[in-house]
Amino acid sequence: MTFLTLDLAPLLAATLAACACALVGNYLVLRRQSLMGDAISHAVLPGIAAAFILTASREPIPMLLGAAAAGLVTVALTSLIQSLGKVDRGAAMGVTFTTLFALGVVLIQHIPRTIDLDADCVLHGNLEALLWFPPDNITLASLATLPRQVHTLAFVMLGTIAFTAVFYKELRLTSFDPALAGALGFRPGLVNTLLMTLAAAAVVASFEAVGSILVIAMLICPPAAARMLTNRLGTQILLSQAIAIATAVGGYFAATQLPPLFVPDLTLNAAGMIATVSGIFVLAAAIVARIKDRPKPNPPSPAPSPAH
Amino acid sequence: MTAPVTSPVTTQATAPTRSRLDPLPEHSADNPLSVHALTVAYHRKPVLWSIDFNAPPGSLTAVVGPNGAGKSTLIKACLGLLPKATGIVEFWGRPLRKVRDRIAYVPQRESVDWEFPVSALDVVAMGRYRKIGWCLPVSKKHKQAARDALAQVGMADLAGRQIAQLSGGQQQRVFLARALTQHADLYFMDEPFAGVDAATERTIVELLKDLRDQGKTVVCVHHDLTTVRSYFDRCLLLNTRVIAQGPVEDAFTDENIRRTYAGKLTLLSEAAQMVGPASSRSS
Repeated sequence: MTFLTLDLAPLLAATLAACACALVGNYLVLRRQSLMGDAISHAVLPGIAAAFILTASREPIPMLLGAAAAGLVTVALTSLIQSLGKVDRGAAMGVTFTTLFALGVVLIQHIPRTIDLDADCVLHGNLEALLWFPPDNITLASLATLPRQVHTLAFVMLGTIAFTAVFYKELRLTSFDPALAGALGFRPGLVNTLLMTLAAAAVVASFEAVGSILVIAMLICPPAAARMLTNRLGTQILLSQAIAIATAVGGYFAATQLPPLFVPDLTLNAAGMIATVSGIFVLAAAIVARIKDRPKPNPPSPAPSPAH
Repeated sequence: MTAPVTSPVTTQATAPTRSRLDPLPEHSADNPLSVHALTVAYHRKPVLWSIDFNAPPGSLTAVVGPNGAGKSTLIKACLGLLPKATGIVEFWGRPLRKVRDRIAYVPQRESVDWEFPVSALDVVAMGRYRKIGWCLPVSKKHKQAARDALAQVGMADLAGRQIAQLSGGQQQRVFLARALTQHADLYFMDEPFAGVDAATERTIVELLKDLRDQGKTVVCVHHDLTTVRSYFDRCLLLNTRVIAQGPVEDAFTDENIRRTYAGKLTLLSEAAQMVGPASSRSS
C-alpha cells in the first residue's frame, strides 16, 4: 500500500513528463534548437507566477494562458531590444529570457502564503509531494482520484503523441529542409509555431513535477542520447521514449530507494536524480556510439569537399 | 523536342519605376516563368533591383553572377520563400499558389543538415509529399516512385543508406531525384554542380538535357563560367540588377560578363541612376 500511496503518482508524473518532453525534444534536437527548451522554460515563469497570483489556483488552463502571454512578451521584448539596441537576435534573447526568469522568481517570492507555491517547488519540482490515497477496492475508475498533475500530464502526453503522429511527415520535412517545405506549400512557419507551442505545453505541464530547470534535461537528454544510437528518425523517437521511461523510473528509485541502504531515512530530490540519470544516459550513449563507430572494415567513401 | 528559343537580348539599367499598372509583356501566359519589376530588400538594402526576366518553355537557363549578386534570392523570391518588396512573378501567367504542383525546387546542398537521421529514399520521397497531402503517410506507390527517381540518377542500390554516408555528388543526386519525382514542368536548381565529382556532373548535364527535350523548363544558378556555353542554351547575367539575358550566344559575351563581375561598374550605374533616368544605358 505504501507503494500506491507514496510512489505511484510521482512515478507516473515523472514518466509522463519525461515521455512528453522527450517526444517534442526529438525535433528540438534535430532542428538544432535545443536551447529553445531552455529559453521557453525560463521565459514562461513570470507568466505562470502571474497566473497563480491572479487566479489563486494551480489549474492548468490559467497556467497555460499565463505561459502563452509570457511567450508573446518574450517575442516582443526580443524584437524591441534587437532593433533599439542594434544587437543580434541571440544576445537579445539571452537578455530577455534571463530578465523574465528573474522577474518570475521575484514574483513567486511575493506570492501570498495562502497559495501553495514557492520558489523551491518551481525550481526543483515536488514529485515527492504527489500522494495518492486509493480507495480500498481499486478499479480503473479509481485512477480518476490520482493527483491533478498526473491527469494534466497524461493529457499533454496524449496531445504530443497525437501531434507527432499526425504531423510526422510534415515535421520531418520542415525539420530537414524548410526551404523545400515552403516551396511545396507545407507552411514551415506554421509547423514551427505548432511545435514550439507543444514544447511550451509540455514544459508548463512538467513544471510542477520536475521544476523549471530540470525540465530541460527531460527535453534534451533522451533525444540526444537516442540520436547518437541510430540513424533512423522513427527508431530515434522510439529509443528516446524508452530512455525517457528508464531515466524517470531509474532516477526516481535511485533517489528514494538507494540512499536509505547506506544512510537510514536519507532520500534525495527525485527530480534532481532523474536529471542526473539522464546525463548518465547521454554519456553512456556517447561511449556506445564511439565504440560502434570505431571498427570500420568498409569506411564510406569520403565526401569531396565542396568547391567554391 | 523543342526548338531553341531565340529572343532579343535585353540589357537593363533603368530605374525601378515601373508601376503595377504597366501592361505585362506579351505572351506571358506561355512562359513558365515571367518576372516583372521584382525588387527584394534585406534590411532595407536592395538585393534584387527591378528584375525583369522570362524563361521560355523548354529552355535551360543559367543564372550567373558574382557572390551576393542575388541569384539564390531570385529563386527564393520566385518561390515565395522570401518577401518581395515590389514586383510580380507569374508561372504560365498564373500566381504561384495555383501552380505549385508544376514546380520543383533543388535547394543548395549546403542548406540542409546532412546528419539528419533519414535515408536517401526518405529524402527523395519528400518530393512526393505535396501529391500525398497533409497528414497522410507515404504509401507504397509513392515509395516506388521515389525508388524509380533514385534509379534515374544511378543510385538505386543506395536507397537505404543514411544521407550522411553519401558523397557530395551522391547527395546532390538525391536532391535531383527528389525534384524529378515531383514530375514538375518547371525546375529551379540552386548550384546543382557545386562540389560534385565529374561522373555526377555528367549525370546532371544529361538529366538537364533530357528535361529540356521533354519540353520542361530549367532555371539553374550556376557558378562555373567555363561550362555555361556547353550546358545551357540561355543565361541571365545578374548583379543585383539584370545585366543581360537571352540566348547564351548573344547574352554571354565577354563585355556582359565583365560588366556583371566588375563591382565598380555596378557602382557607376548606381551613380548614373541617382543623376536621373535620362542617363540610363543601353547596349
